[in-house]
Amino acid sequence: MTILVIAEHDGKVLAPATLNTVAAAAKIGGDINVLVAGQSIGAVAEAAAKIAGVAKVLVADNAAYAHQLPENVAPLVAALGQDYSHILAAATSNGKNILPRVAAQLDVDQISEIISVVSAATFTRPIYAGNAIATVQSTAPVKVITVRATGFDPVAAEGGSAAVEAVAAVHDAGTSSFVGEELAKSDRPELTAAKVVVSGGRGMQNGDNFKHLYALADKLGAAVGASRAAVDAGFVPNDMQVGQTGKIVAPQLYIAVGISGAIQHLAGMKDSKVIVAINKDEEAPIFQVADYGLVADLFEAVPELEKLV
Amino acid sequence: MKVLVAVKRVVDYNVKVRVKADNSGVDLANVKMSMNPFCEIAVEEAVRLKEKGVATEVVVVSIGPTTAQEQLRTALALGADRAILVESAEDLTSLAVAKLLKAVVDKEQPQLVILGKQAIDSDNNQTGQMLAALTGYGQGTFASKVEVSGDKVAVTREIDGGAQTVSLSLPAIVTTDLRLNEPRYASLPNIMKAKKKPLEVLTPDALGVSTASTNKTVKVEAPAARSAGIKVKSVAELVEKLKNEAKVI
Repeated sequence: MTILVIAEHDGKVLAPATLNTVAAAAKIGGDINVLVAGQSIGAVAEAAAKIAGVAKVLVADNAAYAHQLPENVAPLVAALGQDYSHILAAATSNGKNILPRVAAQLDVDQISEIISVVSAATFTRPIYAGNAIATVQSTAPVKVITVRATGFDPVAAEGGSAAVEAVAAVHDAGTSSFVGEELAKSDRPELTAAKVVVSGGRGMQNGDNFKHLYALADKLGAAVGASRAAVDAGFVPNDMQVGQTGKIVAPQLYIAVGISGAIQHLAGMKDSKVIVAINKDEEAPIFQVADYGLVADLFEAVPELEKLV
Repeated sequence: MKVLVAVKRVVDYNVKVRVKADNSGVDLANVKMSMNPFCEIAVEEAVRLKEKGVATEVVVVSIGPTTAQEQLRTALALGADRAILVESAEDLTSLAVAKLLKAVVDKEQPQLVILGKQAIDSDNNQTGQMLAALTGYGQGTFASKVEVSGDKVAVTREIDGGAQTVSLSLPAIVTTDLRLNEPRYASLPNIMKAKKKPLEVLTPDALGVSTASTNKTVKVEAPAARSAGIKVKSVAELVEKLKNEAKVI
């Protein structure tokens, strides 16, 4: 068996989710190759070659793959992937965008967001917002899979010395073009990789009050997340949303502040090791999953917590 | 131009589902069913394009059991012009659905196909991308803004670090994210009028599509339950527990 892992990157830096995806590949077993597709991606390819356990890195460096438009990258992955037993990508917005297109081109069903490997052909994945876990078996000649990063501990980023090989094939469908992007700037750790996450909900009342959470987060070295209610109310940008349709996190410590705990939110954080809930409504469903619950006004409790930690 | 919208009948998003005792699936008997929330957003976007004069006809399609006609009638009440049901009692995979939608696209020749980004039951997030692959059209997934101008559509997409805008040649596939729009409610007169709008029923056989799958669900289990937590009385007690008991700070 040979497994192709699609590297997750922004053109400059290899994303940590790639390491979790390689970990899933290692559980399946077999030679692991990593594909880096993009433009001017020398640094990413170098980083990929150092990942422990990777046998070979394929580099497709071409203007057609800049910004990883799925119309161009998917045919590349499908063409290369025919020779592999598995094609894996992280379940990031990029992986979710590209991989189903690859699966359809190969005429196989995809398995989305696996959280464990049972065997080389059997995997588990959450359905119904994480309220059920399905065990899925695939008979496809090439198994196309996205990996939920929080389900797998990352492999070491250093220690490997994979051969790097250039891929000459160029696919340019000409049906799409990149116009621009607007990225949110943040000095705090990335939400999906943080050890501690502090999240705020509708109880924060406005965007300005999130400063209390930022202060607490900075003291804990934490990332700041939000519920959909806080995002929809315009308190914070939507890339901070934790939940079924936002980001999935599983930190050591998750502190939910002013969040009621709807099932859509729980779907994104209930695999956290320790959950703390601070809410003034003691009937809030968040207390059913919280290891430590504090019924209190968040505007008093959060500054006090910040002082004490 | 013609816009095709795909909608799915799913368990209502407020229902807390239960896994069947024999682990064969989740119990859907006597559970409230609704239109998938992302599909509602897709219908709303199509209707808005029609109100702006960009779209001339909105066709809504669903693939599922006979009862999915309820969701199609809802879409008609929200402003779609006519509906197509591809009737199939089986639980189809995203690839099978994408193949059936491809057959409908071939038949209807829409300029724009709008789907939800994912269904809240299977949580797959695959169908739109697969349909784009099968048709060879460009794809604008997780859309938070859609602007049609001439023979192009500019789609602003929600990505992990923020937002990205791509320009696609028409025809194209768009999948909706939560913040694309706020879906309207169907008014009673429109619900009555929707009953008279045309609804065509097809079968996978009639479309010449095989729905065979390479995936099989072996079992469905309830997730591991979290052990009950405790309520602390003060912030000081909370910090003490986190430091000494949980050892996370």
